[in-house]
Amino acid sequence: MSPRTMFDKIWQAHQVVPETVDTPAVLYVDLHLVHEVTSPQAFALLGARGLRVRRPDRTLATLDHSTPTDADELFGRVPMRDAAAAGQIAALQRNAAAAGIELLDIGDRRRGIVHVIGPELGATQPGSVIVCGDSHTSTHGACGALAFGIGTTEVGHVLATQCLLQRKPRTLAVNVAGKLGAGVTAKDLVLAIIGRLGVAGGTGQVIEYRGAAVRALTMDERMTVCNMSIEAGARAGMIAPDATTFEYLRGRPRAPAGADWERAVAAWSELPTDAGATFDREMSLDAAGIEPMISFGTNPAMVCPVGGSVPGRDDPSYRKALVYMGFAPGERLAGKPVDVVFIGSCTNSRLSDLRAAAALLRGRRVAAGIRLLVVPGSETVRRAAEAEGLAAVFTAAGGEWREPGCSMCLGMNGDLAAPGQYVVSTSNRNFEGRQGAGVRTLLASPATAAAAAIAGCIADPREFATREE
Amino acid sequence: MEPFRRLRSRTVVLPATDIDTDQIIPARYLTTTGREGLGRHLFAGWRYAGDGTPLADFPLNRPQAAGCAILVAGRNFGCGSSREHAAWALYDYGIRVVISSEIADIFRSNALKNGLLPILVDEPLHAWLLAHPGADLEIDLEGNRLLLPDGQAVTFAIEPFARYCLLQGVDELGHLLAQLPRIEAFERETAR
Ligand code: SF4
Repeated sequence: MSPRTMFDKIWQAHQVVPETVDTPAVLYVDLHLVHEVTSPQAFALLGARGLRVRRPDRTLATLDHSTPTDADELFGRVPMRDAAAAGQIAALQRNAAAAGIELLDIGDRRRGIVHVIGPELGATQPGSVIVCGDSHTSTHGACGALAFGIGTTEVGHVLATQCLLQRKPRTLAVNVAGKLGAGVTAKDLVLAIIGRLGVAGGTGQVIEYRGAAVRALTMDERMTVCNMSIEAGARAGMIAPDATTFEYLRGRPRAPAGADWERAVAAWSELPTDAGATFDREMSLDAAGIEPMISFGTNPAMVCPVGGSVPGRDDPSYRKALVYMGFAPGERLAGKPVDVVFIGSCTNSRLSDLRAAAALLRGRRVAAGIRLLVVPGSETVRRAAEAEGLAAVFTAAGGEWREPGCSMCLGMNGDLAAPGQYVVSTSNRNFEGRQGAGVRTLLASPATAAAAAIAGCIADPREFATREE
Repeated sequence: MEPFRRLRSRTVVLPATDIDTDQIIPARYLTTTGREGLGRHLFAGWRYAGDGTPLADFPLNRPQAAGCAILVAGRNFGCGSSREHAAWALYDYGIRVVISSEIADIFRSNALKNGLLPILVDEPLHAWLLAHPGADLEIDLEGNRLLLPDGQAVTFAIEPFARYCLLQGVDELGHLLAQLPRIEAFERETAR
């Protein structure tokens, strides 16, 4: 057999019916993740057609997007501020119960953001096809899966048949040579990649991240990178499974165990792209040249080093973005005052992200007038962070420590900033109004976010020596 | 789904590049469990002032835009989230065709499933359309062509299966359900 990419291997292994000129392929879905915002209309579609959820055992639901992160609201001690959001939560509770789908409900010790809980539970496995009605499903590709976001109609298709109609996307290799510098993180790497590719650079493609710098990343870091693939327009991002992947998955609740584990590892070891396989496109960069990054515009490709200045460009949409952000071409970013710092989202809310932020905040306080919001990605992350004292570091610094959820990543649950405010955010989208009408989002790593909280302005995290306990 | 065969309409133009799904419909309107009535929130952040009054100079609010069913948008329309609410909002508002030089993957797929036709055109034609709001176009899906006001016909590419579904007004689920025997066989063979 001729050499194949990892994408090709997974695609071929899931083709129930290959594509023809007239019809797309029927692609089998191993794991379907469901949340409250993009599923109610899909369940309604099934109901209207008199169809059942075909494989509830391959479906896992959680509450995250419009779910409150305020403990009193979450646990019903006060009514939810948003009655419509409460209705959406109730709808998923009803739909999951009726279909026999496992729901990580409010109060469940495993509940969390859909893209955090999948890998955490070991439900996300190499070689599988994973879909969810959410564009950041690309996160799961960090484990060597083909994972992509789908619309609500397609959520209905998967519920009804466990399959999707898909045309085969093209492949893009992003080769990252070298080694990230001290104080430079996976978030900086992916922001730099998106800056290079542009927000539509990956359209119609699946990215495989490769090279020494990628191999050196931890699983949490790989998830941060794959998570933002969609920000370059790509359907999916993936990283070949290796010893790091297997170590991460071993012993997780849904990972194979015993003899099954050995068999699974042997199969997963066959997944990486064969030597000599070709991609439709390749892009290369060196990790050594990357610095801590921050976004300055209204799309995630508008990024520059925290020590840099806002580039100028003669383009009306670009100029409009700068007007929205209140930045002028040539303006230095470091020292720009900010109002809110948000540490959370499926990009950067795992334990290692919280550790990175706490390393800077330990023994320090947030600058006067700054609101710091820290939202763990899951209940599991919350408990671990509390047990090792990270939550105490955030609250001692003057920050708010919340219940898990999407929170200010998209501001559906009432966690919003005020018009005109600057928010340094570890999330993935800086679109106009994403964190509230008129709010200006600056995307950055947890370390850069923590530095901004301490300094009260955009700052280089490398200037803040990590304090030991 | 309503069949889509031919449509004639003037265009309304939003020249901005990279119009993302948060602009098409902001997240605060996604707490619905239905799909109707989202048209009033279409481009909410751009269409209305803070107090809810329509902004007169936003292209959709201009009197000439009334009844326009064709939206011409800057490059990379619909990037961002997978929210199908974006396609539902456009359709509910009355848009039936979106034309750009690049359209994001998930949005394009969602649009096609809801009777909303995304059309990709080359850069020169895109530039012309952006510069001529109100142009009277005819879209002929049966012939895969777009007729310009001067009568010139331009062919466009569309995924054949999506085209078939649009022309017939049928959704894709029927086709998938017809594959169930093969899906079951696949599950048996691969022990899924
Ligand atoms: S954290 Fe943000 S990007 Fe991630 S799933 Fe939630 S809303 Fe989407």
